Amino acid sequence: MAGFSVVTLVVVASLWLYALRRRPGEVSDEQAQRIQNRWVIGGGLILPIVSITALLAFGIPIGHRMLPLPLVEEEPLRIDVTARQWWWDVSYPASGIRLRDELHIPAGMPVDLHLTSEDVIHSFWVPRLGGKLDMLPGRTNVLRLEADEPGLYYGQCAEYCGTGHAHMKFTVRAHAPGEFDAWLEGATVDE
Amino acid sequence: MSEQQKHSAQLHEQFDRVWGNLPGFGQLAAVNHTSVGLRFVVTGLFFFLVGGVLAMLMRTQLALPEQEIIGPELYSQLFTMHGTLMMFLFAIPILEGVAMYLIPKMVGARDLAFPRLGAMGYYCYLFGGLIILSSLALSIAPDSGWFMYTPLSSSTFSPGPGSDFWLLGITFVEISSMTGAIELVISILRTRSNGMSLRRMPIFCWYILAMALMIVFGFPPLILGSILLELERAAGLVFFEVAGGGDPLLWQHLFWLFGHPEVYIIFLPAAGIVSTLIPVFARRPIVGYRWIVLAVIVMGFISFGLWVHHMFTVGIPQLAQAFFSMASMLVAIPTAIQVFAWLATLWTGRVVWNLPMLWILGFLIIFVAGGLTGVMLALVPFNWQVHDTHFVVAHMHYVLVGGMLFPLIAGLYYWLPHVSGRMPSDMLGRWAFWLVFIGFNMTFLLMHLTGLLGMPRRVYTYEAGLGWDWLNLLSSIGGFVMAIGIAMFLLDIFLHFRFGRRAPRNPWGADSLEWAVAMPVTTYNFISLPDIRSRHPLWHNPQLPFEIEEGKHAMAVIRHGRRETWGSDAVTGRVREVVHLPSHSWIPLQAGVVLAIVCLSLLLKTYWLALGATLVAAFIMLRWSWVNGAHPDMAPVRDDDPSDPPLHSRTHDGPGRWGMLVTLMANGSFYASLLFGWFYLWTASPQWQAPEQGPLALMPLLASGVLLSLAVVVYQWLTQRLRRGVTRHLQGGLWISAGIGLIHVAVLVWLMLAAELTPTQSAHDSVLAVMLGYLLFHGALSAVATAMQAVRVRFGYVSAQLPYEPLVLQPFWSYTLGVFWLSFAAFILLPMAW
Repeated sequence: MAGFSVVTLVVVASLWLYALRRRPGEVSDEQAQRIQNRWVIGGGLILPIVSITALLAFGIPIGHRMLPLPLVEEEPLRIDVTARQWWWDVSYPASGIRLRDELHIPAGMPVDLHLTSEDVIHSFWVPRLGGKLDMLPGRTNVLRLEADEPGLYYGQCAEYCGTGHAHMKFTVRAHAPGEFDAWLEGATVDE
Repeated sequence: MSEQQKHSAQLHEQFDRVWGNLPGFGQLAAVNHTSVGLRFVVTGLFFFLVGGVLAMLMRTQLALPEQEIIGPELYSQLFTMHGTLMMFLFAIPILEGVAMYLIPKMVGARDLAFPRLGAMGYYCYLFGGLIILSSLALSIAPDSGWFMYTPLSSSTFSPGPGSDFWLLGITFVEISSMTGAIELVISILRTRSNGMSLRRMPIFCWYILAMALMIVFGFPPLILGSILLELERAAGLVFFEVAGGGDPLLWQHLFWLFGHPEVYIIFLPAAGIVSTLIPVFARRPIVGYRWIVLAVIVMGFISFGLWVHHMFTVGIPQLAQAFFSMASMLVAIPTAIQVFAWLATLWTGRVVWNLPMLWILGFLIIFVAGGLTGVMLALVPFNWQVHDTHFVVAHMHYVLVGGMLFPLIAGLYYWLPHVSGRMPSDMLGRWAFWLVFIGFNMTFLLMHLTGLLGMPRRVYTYEAGLGWDWLNLLSSIGGFVMAIGIAMFLLDIFLHFRFGRRAPRNPWGADSLEWAVAMPVTTYNFISLPDIRSRHPLWHNPQLPFEIEEGKHAMAVIRHGRRETWGSDAVTGRVREVVHLPSHSWIPLQAGVVLAIVCLSLLLKTYWLALGATLVAAFIMLRWSWVNGAHPDMAPVRDDDPSDPPLHSRTHDGPGRWGMLVTLMANGSFYASLLFGWFYLWTASPQWQAPEQGPLALMPLLASGVLLSLAVVVYQWLTQRLRRGVTRHLQGGLWISAGIGLIHVAVLVWLMLAAELTPTQSAHDSVLAVMLGYLLFHGALSAVATAMQAVRVRFGYVSAQLPYEPLVLQPFWSYTLGVFWLSFAAFILLPMAW
């Protein structure tokens, strides 16, 4: 996508520069009409329509796959995240665990995050794990994430939410599948 | 001096006496579009400078990681004010100012259709802008971002006056955008010189027509949203607060319903400048005139259908996302048509290379790049990743600076000789261009990468070592380079007024009528008004400027010291009437000052003062409409009144009626937004509650509707007879119509009080209260205006010979009736049937 954009930009700019330098001599009205049709229909209609179709054909299915549709296998792990000025209240409804500013998830399997806010609008975002989703008071949005590799991921609030916005951060620890159960048990015992 | 020159000089003196402004402080009473347009431009540049300084402060803070030069409180005020100033106080007003200056000259008119309205708009803009700016000086500026998302901007989370400054101040400034838009539409459609059909109109006029109509439809949602949010903040009504049944997403919808068209409102006039300059410098007519007109119209329509693309991350249904994603990409088509039509024009022309063209080239490169990242952003999965990061910041600066600032500067350089009679310096101008171009790309090209690396927007600082450090430092340096370039541009303009060499007439060899005006610009534009036989009058007849000056065309006389210009048919451009225009007047300044007092007293929460000032403002407005038509200060009936064509106040359908219709379009958009809010909250708000039994008593409501219908029927009957020249019972009939209208209002007031609404507890009652207030306002205004018409009949300002004003008021009555029954259906019947 970026490559195509750069090529389009360079081609359009060079055509313009060439057109500026060009000395066409006398152009008859007929010729001008032909040139008009060539550029306006070719560049103004066909080029964008073809690019847009390609982009949508490629983009809409990807977007579709990122939605929290029901899975064939077992239901994904559910985690509730409630945003407050300026921290993240994380809870695991199945096991009753509550955490602040940190999430623990199993790697290699999808997780559903139920996102809401207690005060203003925030937005949940872990850049390396996927897109962001807003957290609105009065509503719950569901974001499906999946970490391919175990490890530590950094997240932050992506919707301006007041003076503490810049420091409203959290971490996501993705555990290898076996380790996650161990963590879950350990955390439940701590409670 | 030859005989001819002496004659021209004499004519000039006569015209200048009638069209010139008063000296000294009398300048404040100027209504002339040249003065008002230039004031808009200069004031816009001032706000641009302030906004730029704020940007430099932010870049200083972000230059290095973990700096503490500017704390989070001040930083949030800075980015909020930067966006607000640039969007509302710079981009739109300055473009409207350019249009107000140019449009009459391009269509061959001597002034805009409603000069006093333009002057009042300017004062609203100036005072509103200063009020907003004063909040920054007091460190209580709005700080929730320029799109003011609730609940962050609500009284709970922003208890200070910052949000109020934004909501009240911007609404006050919007008055100027709306008045400017309305008078531009009417001036383009109804005051063109004889024979300038739509097909012969300069392409710039098409762009401005589209822009102005988009303002007419696009601004009311924001005005409604601001009023609702201010009511929520100040009076505790519920619209966006979840607890009482409101929804913060309603604000986002209303804001972006305005906000997306706004981007095109800014882009279109700038593109119009490009489409005007390119053919002049390519020395040939623009290629694909009809294609471009079509593209502009299509763009206007599409831009209203893609506001949701600012909201892809709020969690909306998949189908809606696909739809808005596609709609957003479709905008690429009309844009591409224009880009390639420009290309084809250059391709077939012999290009003369000079300073304005340099800025146009800069525009092209930056804007196309911004357009391409825009297409990327329309792709939903990509949007989820980069939304609210610095990638978006980079994208919008590419589109806005590339799409608006570069063409604007090209245009300012191009039309500068028109204002000053002098040429700009080539050397300084080139330096300015390269500094701005390089500085801009250094700042914002890199910022795409910063965003892709995950830096969110609106953070006042960031940790070191995330890979953002060097990018931010270079962006900051680039920002300062650009600032130096801008300073150089301003210096160039400033110096050229003194040192620029004298410009010859039509220095660029242009084709359009504005260059037929003497340079430096005159107050009256044209001594005589030519017939237009081609799209390129000055290429067609290079002698035209001299013929106009020598009074060889129409209307080369001043009658009774009146300002006059042609009124023409909207499509064919054939002359229909002589429009007599008001001369300088203090009313616009008075109205502006009193409205500023209303705004300030609302800010200080001294509501009695606000009420008093509102009444004074209403009185001034009535006085304004009193000095009209056959009033002795305007155009009293005389024996030698022209009859072919007649004065517009003696006809059935002058510019005023068109102004009324366009105003009602804006009003309709406002009302439609209110209906949208009602249905949106009803269907989508998470905690919406409606009472079992509607709070308004049905029978009295029906009765008040019947009364209103009766008043309108009487009024219609009177105007029908008036059109035929029958004026028996006119005065009495108008009194009856006004009286019934007032009873209707009284019943509504009683209903409202009897209903015991609890708008502070439920969104349902809040919306109902606003709707009732809206109906009350319209009923009362119709009645008062009709009563005034009755008085005018008595004074002899309305008669069989002068049927104009009741016919101007007529659509307002019909509109009032329409919204009443529509509201009855939407707010009463529909919930009952549910």
